[in-house]
Amino acid sequence: MNKEKLLRVMVAKPGLDGHDRGARVVARALRDAGVEVIYTGLHQTPTQIVNAAAQEDVDAIGLSILSGAHMTIFAEVMDLLREREMPEVLVFGGGAIPKKDKDKLQSMGVGEIFTPGTDTRDIIEYLKKAFDFRG
Amino acid sequence: MNKKSKSEEVGKASFKNLSGFQIKSLYDPEDISNLDYKKDLGRPGEYPFTRGVHETMYRGRPWTIRQLGSLDSPTEANRRARHLIQMGATGASYCFDMPTIMGRDSDDLLSKGEVGSCGGVAVDSIVDMRNILEGIDLEKISFNFVSNAQSVAILAFFIAVAEERGIPLNKLTGTLQNDILKEYQAQKSFYFPPRPSMRLVIDSIVYSSEHLPRFNPISISGYHIASAGATPVQELAFTLANGFTYVEEVMKAGIAVDNFAPRLSFFFKVHNDFFENIAKYRAARRMWARTMREKFKAKDPRSLRFRVHTQTSGSSLTAQQAENNIIRVTIQALSAVLAGTQSLHTNAYDEAFSIPTSKSEKLALRTQQIIAFESGVANTVDPLGGSYYMEALTNEMEAKAWNYINKVDEMGGMIAAIEKGYPQGLIAEAAAQYQRDIEEKKRIIVGLNEFADEEEAEGEIREKDPAFEKQKVADLMELKKNRDQNKVKTCLDEIRNVIQGTENVMPSLIKAVKLHVTLGELVEVMRESFGDYSDVSVY
Repeated sequence: MNKEKLLRVMVAKPGLDGHDRGARVVARALRDAGVEVIYTGLHQTPTQIVNAAAQEDVDAIGLSILSGAHMTIFAEVMDLLREREMPEVLVFGGGAIPKKDKDKLQSMGVGEIFTPGTDTRDIIEYLKKAFDFRG
Repeated sequence: MNKKSKSEEVGKASFKNLSGFQIKSLYDPEDISNLDYKKDLGRPGEYPFTRGVHETMYRGRPWTIRQLGSLDSPTEANRRARHLIQMGATGASYCFDMPTIMGRDSDDLLSKGEVGSCGGVAVDSIVDMRNILEGIDLEKISFNFVSNAQSVAILAFFIAVAEERGIPLNKLTGTLQNDILKEYQAQKSFYFPPRPSMRLVIDSIVYSSEHLPRFNPISISGYHIASAGATPVQELAFTLANGFTYVEEVMKAGIAVDNFAPRLSFFFKVHNDFFENIAKYRAARRMWARTMREKFKAKDPRSLRFRVHTQTSGSSLTAQQAENNIIRVTIQALSAVLAGTQSLHTNAYDEAFSIPTSKSEKLALRTQQIIAFESGVANTVDPLGGSYYMEALTNEMEAKAWNYINKVDEMGGMIAAIEKGYPQGLIAEAAAQYQRDIEEKKRIIVGLNEFADEEEAEGEIREKDPAFEKQKVADLMELKKNRDQNKVKTCLDEIRNVIQGTENVMPSLIKAVKLHVTLGELVEVMRESFGDYSDVSVY
């Protein structure tokens, strides 16, 4: 990406679950680190998320899922990004996601999965590395 | 890092509790010189109930061990409840999957992948409620339903099944969570705007006060407020402010305070700071009793009692070194008991990454039994009462909670405060502060930001049955096909009329669910009139 441009990250809360503490804490930490954050708010469908990502021209989408529906939702977001020809968008995520599912998600092309207890500075480091972003 | 500066940093923060109160190195009689034993504490079971809501507390009857949890299908939820009852449980507790919580049927597009999620049971129609309650004695067992925005529908299903089985409604016991205000503040499972949602809550309380006198129609919940990030003093303040709001609203509906207040119940969280937890409960009992008597003029002593269920802190659990959670849960549970809780759920240690396994669930249950039967802490009432520190902390908790409650009042009450984003803003700020404190090691979490391991293996995970969702959707479509469509339409029209007027909504809902109108359909017809609500996303 162009280093002059600020990194744009969408923090999204897909599905019906409203447990948004993690999503809000991460959104705030990214914002404080100089990232342009777009927080979708609650109860978004994969289609709404990908549409918004296209409109907002984001570099990455972070999905926060605590309901156990991560396998279905990540797969749909990845499929939609492929359909829309947006392969450059990095999809990463967080929530109550077991390790063995993390491996499966990563084999689908999903990036890092951050589980409870993550230091938000690790998420920022990860994004900086992925995009060679200097903040 | 320089060793000296590190220990100074750690030291500085560790002398503050989670509410941010500076804790002194020593407390002595000076700190409680204004405390009047009779006026401020009193005997347990007597006004202002600071020391407990019952005279003999656990000597008379131990707290209720109430382990929450359901499994995806109604049949499984029923099997689990019957198994627990067989082992001596006197209550059954059900939580629901995300679609049910959000008022969506299993066949709704938005439900995809979430049917049976979050360790909750999927309820679409009366058929599911029949299956959940099958073979359980409705007159002997108390039923807890962790339902909120969908509470009127769940209550309608429950009443309809009881009527089908010929059980008089005045025999039914149990609790509906049914606290919508905390949804806007914290848990975010809402669909309608606050004011119409309040009307549904009030209708269900009014209906219960008239027909289900032994049933608690609401459990006013601080737990979720704290889980979303609120500090303990904020949890205390917002929970009480919500409670006072319900009291005002039901009184406005023309019900005398002593006709419903005895059935109001509460739900708190215990977090990591041991003494702070206990002070919160003691302050809550005193504040509730005084306000109910002085402001709302309640006369029945039962109206003054702050009866509370407790759950240990889900948000304090770590995925790292998960077995450490067993110790956290034990310490938290012990504080709940010393605080005088009426019932308790202990979390399983694996909840930071999975729905609990049967092994972790059992260990959580045993934790309570060890506290109850081995530790001796339940032998006397309020054993920490009179401690200089405990009484000073209780006083400080109360005074600081009133500051928040007064602010809410100045804003025109809790609904207005929610519309202005006041509690949401404070909760977001507290959550961010907590995370910063951990990252800066001002707050130590063992195994996470200190004493951490490099890499570790993950324990056993409970697997979800992949075939369940498909089957549930197929069954529901079959039900929708085979019912009397004209009657369904008539029922929905009737509900639409009731919703637009001021009549109590419960009778029309009970009638509808008996004719196989589904939860999603009930919510949809209400949505036409009430509209959707979207949150002010503060972060």
